Formats: sequence, C-alpha cells, structure tokens
Amino acid sequence: MPLNSEQVYYEDVHEGEEIPALRKACISQQLVMWAGASGDFYQIHYDPDFARGTGLDGIIVQGGLKNAFLGQLLHDWIAPAGFLRRFGCQYRGMDYPNQEILCRGVVTKKYEEAGQALIDLEIWTQNAAGKKTTPGTATVILPRR
Amino acid sequence: MPDSIVTAEMQAMIGREVDEGVAEVTTTSCRLFARAVGHTDPIFFDVEAALARGYRGLVAPPGYLGTPVNDRRQGPLVTIPRPVTDMRIPYKRILDGGTSYEYFEPVVAGDVVTSRSKITRFEERLGSIGPMLITYHETAYTRQDGTLVAKMYGNVIHY
Repeated sequence: MPLNSEQVYYEDVHEGEEIPALRKACISQQLVMWAGASGDFYQIHYDPDFARGTGLDGIIVQGGLKNAFLGQLLHDWIAPAGFLRRFGCQYRGMDYPNQEILCRGVVTKKYEEAGQALIDLEIWTQNAAGKKTTPGTATVILPRR
Repeated sequence: MPDSIVTAEMQAMIGREVDEGVAEVTTTSCRLFARAVGHTDPIFFDVEAALARGYRGLVAPPGYLGTPVNDRRQGPLVTIPRPVTDMRIPYKRILDGGTSYEYFEPVVAGDVVTSRSKITRFEERLGSIGPMLITYHETAYTRQDGTLVAKMYGNVIHY
C-alpha cells in the first residue's frame, strides 16, 4: 500500500471500518536488516541450525519486526498530521520468511478526551492461512476538519 | 503444574527500577530502522522533509527508541530489558511475548534517551510448549531535557 496521500480526519472515521491493509513478506535478508537496526541479535532469526536446535522448524520473523510493521500500517494511515499515541501486540504465532504477513486494522472506538480526537483500533498481522499471529491494539490522535 | 520457580529474590525485583543506560537517536540509525521495516514516508529518511512537516529533526519510526550505547558490561545482544536478562532461571529457552509502545512526544534524531526498566509481575503457566514463566516488564524513556517521551510494555517467556 502506498503512503496515504490524503489526510484522514476524525470526522471521516467510523467505528467498525477497516483501514487500508499493508502487505509484507520477509526474505531472510530483511530479518538480518532488522537484527542490525534493532540490536536484537538472537540467532533464531538468522541461523537455521541454531533455530532448529531450540525446537523451531527454522528461522522465524522477529516479533518486534511484525510490531514495527503494525507501526507502519498505522503511521501510513494517519500521516501526515495524525499522532500515533499507543500501539502494540502479542506475539502469539510464528511467522516464517517468504510467507505473506498481512497487516490489518479495524476501528473499534472514536471519542474525545482532554480536547483530543482519539481513535482506538484492533490491529493484527495474519499469515497466508488467515491466522492472526500478532493480535494487538492501538490508539491514534487524528486532526479534525 | 510444577513447583514455582519464582524465588524470593525474583519477587523482590518487582517494581525495582534498573538503569538501562543512554541511547542516542541518530539519523543513520533511524534510516536503518525505517529501511529494515520498509517505511516509505520521507520523514524517516530526509531531514528536510521532516523539518518541513514540523518535526524537530529526522523522525524515529514507530518502535524505534534509540541505539543502545553498547559496552563490555552489556549482556546478551537482545532487546530484552536488563532486569529480565539479569534473572537466573532454570528454563533454557526464551521468546519475546509481546510489546506495546506509548508515545507522549515525537522522538527525533538528536534526542538522547535514558531508559529505566522494571519488572511489574510474574505469571507461571503450563502451555503447549511446557511449563513457562512470563515476566511482564515496563521501560520509561526520558529525553535529555527531562521530558518523558515514551513507555514500553512487554513480556518475555522463558520455557
């Protein structure tokens, strides 16, 4: 999905609506890039023998990278004027390289608090089989018209 | 359910803040992080674009809070907070269970962020992967001018 070209305003958002999805699929190279960028050098993410030695089927995508994908999903939706107040997820299921990771979000609540226009969302990544591997939640601040 | 592995020493760690040190948010590390994720917004790559959008500097992408200044005293090269890696636990394997970020201010290159972490609670469970210990932790990030810019909440699974 390209970066949102038009600003989303608070008034335009409805509870229950889905935000534009973000499609990812990591090759092993991206996992190594993430290791370097994040400082997480745990070998289960780039050394297949090490990963299998811990009982995994092979190297797995970092939970933090999937969380950062969800950060991009939200950022691209609210840019340029929105503010990402809170986001996160639970790392419930493994994702593997070369498999689709689809990042999605649904608006669960819109409300005003302390003069700010807030949107709560349910966010998640799902694998090619449609299973939610990282369920989470987020809150963003949107501009008003 | 086997006997609890949470010792009195571990219980005593709950709520005790540990200094994680200082992290510098730099233009290069912001770009590296943005590129690793696949960001396309120029505010993560181009300082002028970030300034033009009203930010104080190149913007740190969501989930990025600085490059830890590594030294010889640093333990394992993982992003798990120090109070958790400091624990002695009989389980050999470890997984990151989840992360959540709360932002109070945009974080930009040039910020120097001090982080302090604490364990907030333990939970023991018998899961599909066997007995496991879930350690919930919290980190507060404070900028050089004293402003609290973000908090991170997470949990680590030992099994």
